[in-house]
Amino acid sequence: MLRSVKGLACRSLKLEHGYGLPPAARGCLSSLSSQDASAPEKPRAVFHTSESDPAKHTERHEGRHYGIPLEEVKAVFPHGLPYRFQQQIQTFNEARVMVRRPALELFAYLRSSNLAQPAVRYVIYGERGTGKTMTLCHVIHYCSRQGWLVLHIPDAHLWVKNCRELLQSSYNKGRLDQPLQASAWLKNFKSSNEHFLREIKTQKKYTWGKRESTEEGRPLGEVVDQGLARVRSASDAVGVVLRELKQQSHRGSFRLLVAVDGVNALWGRTTLRKEDKSPVSPEELTLVYNLRKMMRNDWTGGAVVTTLSQTGSLFKPSSAYLPQELLGKEGFDALDPFVPILVPNYSPREFESCYGYYLERKWLQHEKARTEDGKAELQFLSGSNPRQLDRLAGPL
Amino acid sequence: LRLIHTTTAAQRKNVGASGPEKYTEAFIKKQIEEFNLGKRHLANMMGEDPETFTQEDIDRAIAYLFPSGLFDKQARPMMKHPTEIFPEQRKIQWGEDGRPFHFLFYTGKQSYYSLMHETYEKLLSAQKYQDQLIAQDLPLQKERRNLAGSRWLTKIELEEMLLEKLSDDDYSRFIQLLQKLVALPCSDIEEKYIQKFSKEVPVQMQKVLIEPLQHDERGVAFSTGEGRRKTASATAIVYDNGTGKMTVNGIDILHYFPVLQDREQLLFPFQFLDRIGKHDTVCTVSGGGRSAQAGAIRLACAKALRSFVTEKEVEFMRQAGLLTVDPRVKERKKPGQEGARRKFTWKKR
Repeated sequence: MLRSVKGLACRSLKLEHGYGLPPAARGCLSSLSSQDASAPEKPRAVFHTSESDPAKHTERHEGRHYGIPLEEVKAVFPHGLPYRFQQQIQTFNEARVMVRRPALELFAYLRSSNLAQPAVRYVIYGERGTGKTMTLCHVIHYCSRQGWLVLHIPDAHLWVKNCRELLQSSYNKGRLDQPLQASAWLKNFKSSNEHFLREIKTQKKYTWGKRESTEEGRPLGEVVDQGLARVRSASDAVGVVLRELKQQSHRGSFRLLVAVDGVNALWGRTTLRKEDKSPVSPEELTLVYNLRKMMRNDWTGGAVVTTLSQTGSLFKPSSAYLPQELLGKEGFDALDPFVPILVPNYSPREFESCYGYYLERKWLQHEKARTEDGKAELQFLSGSNPRQLDRLAGPL
Repeated sequence: LRLIHTTTAAQRKNVGASGPEKYTEAFIKKQIEEFNLGKRHLANMMGEDPETFTQEDIDRAIAYLFPSGLFDKQARPMMKHPTEIFPEQRKIQWGEDGRPFHFLFYTGKQSYYSLMHETYEKLLSAQKYQDQLIAQDLPLQKERRNLAGSRWLTKIELEEMLLEKLSDDDYSRFIQLLQKLVALPCSDIEEKYIQKFSKEVPVQMQKVLIEPLQHDERGVAFSTGEGRRKTASATAIVYDNGTGKMTVNGIDILHYFPVLQDREQLLFPFQFLDRIGKHDTVCTVSGGGRSAQAGAIRLACAKALRSFVTEKEVEFMRQAGLLTVDPRVKERKKPGQEGARRKFTWKKR
């Protein structure tokens, strides 16, 4: 028994060697010495942390995975997690997100931000597959735990391409509506922020058509239901929701987090065409127009966290990842005073953590993958890129 | 009329049937005279001294005057001494009265049997000498011939020497006889005779010089290597004390080679030597396609890694095929076919 414990201690120390995590190692050892009965669980402690509250994550937890209970996943992220991650959740029956430095940075900024000031805009950028969307989800989880109202647009690119139906907007003749996307988004928004929708009241009367209208002072949930029931006016409902939230956030009753993934879609080009085959520019879409208004920093009481994404972007080369390139001049000027946050590839420690997680969940079945050489090979072939590592580890 | 000249067995074609001009002795003599004249003319043309014009000079002059892009060296224009061009032929072996000169003519393989007879004579004489020495109680000389560095003539070479066809059985019998002769301790006297039938095995593969490590300003050891594959050529500089990063033309390999297969090719030399995370590499590559570039860089890295590694491991690498240039190139398209191998669609009518 003692021998096995010592062996485990040596192994965990070896894994952490050179990347000097003395408190973690000491903590690990102490936990080892205290509970020597459940030996097989101990290596888990190196890669995982039991802190499931993002608010308490610090540099000590950097590189480790923390778990989100599955009900919370469904509540907080009805849409917005990357597809592969959703598949992974289904396979492993648990949702584990790695704590990384960009996320910790954002938490520090958010904690120290003064909510009386206009909203600060953060742009998460990085190369393909480095974990920008996951960082965004981490931030959303943190904010939802803190009690913020999260306005999460999973992928703005979905709104500017592959749209089957385009209706002419009844509110403004020059614009185009997208009923399908708007209703889908409203549904998800409702499921994630139920209790807020009951509390916030409208401040104006809105008419939806000849017979329907929403009075002043009604809870926002009604607006959302209206949008869901009458699909034709869904985009207008979205616009109304955004406007109300923006106007009321400065009161301080709630804090608003606007999280947009793929924000470069708002200022790029679209692949949609009008009936006379002329291309549609993003301003002509109601959803995009309203969202752009949200992006301006003329409101207080919250923050705007966005991600650039090259993967879904249109007409942009695949090697572009800097804000300047992806946003274009227009977007860059619109977002101008923003805080850029770079998400790099895995550091050696993060790589080891991810590798250890896969090993532990028995995701890597190949015998050679368990050796040191296999690990070095995986690191070389994936270039420490999270997406590449995920794809590589799949068939193994 | 019977054919006067019988040709040798080693030549592929039946030279006798190749044209009206048969290789009579007079013909060969004339060719030699023409060759010498031509040599002098050529020397005058090239402005060199006709007296000291060697065969190498001739080759160089011909290559200069008649440049050819053909791959096969034998197919290019050449000017050599007639004895090298025209195959040796047996002269007529019977006189005017029809009587053959050699006593073994009617065996069919006269030179082979005469050779066997000679060799057996030598064997007998060696045995006699040995008996004499034993009778005189003198110590037998035991100088081992170094058989390791020499080999016997091959069957084809023997055929060329004897100017007649041999069968495998004949050849093996001859070699056995020679070995028996060599096994006797008193074979020194027959040394000269035996040397006629043995050849030196050339020294083992040319020793490829492995360059020593160079050091750059920071004191880090590095070495360079070059590689080619299909049309791509690459140079790689491998630095020591690295983290396993690789850059190609200034771009990280993850972006330059999005395909996994190419990155696996790059990984192979390092993985073979168990040095995956230890070297940094900076490469430049041009030409070819993505696979060719990957192969070229792989060869360049393997060559560069030779300097870091022991000789035994270099031998392992060579056997693993990491140091061999891949000779496969795009095959030429032939006329009458659609591609290199693909023929046009066959239509019945």
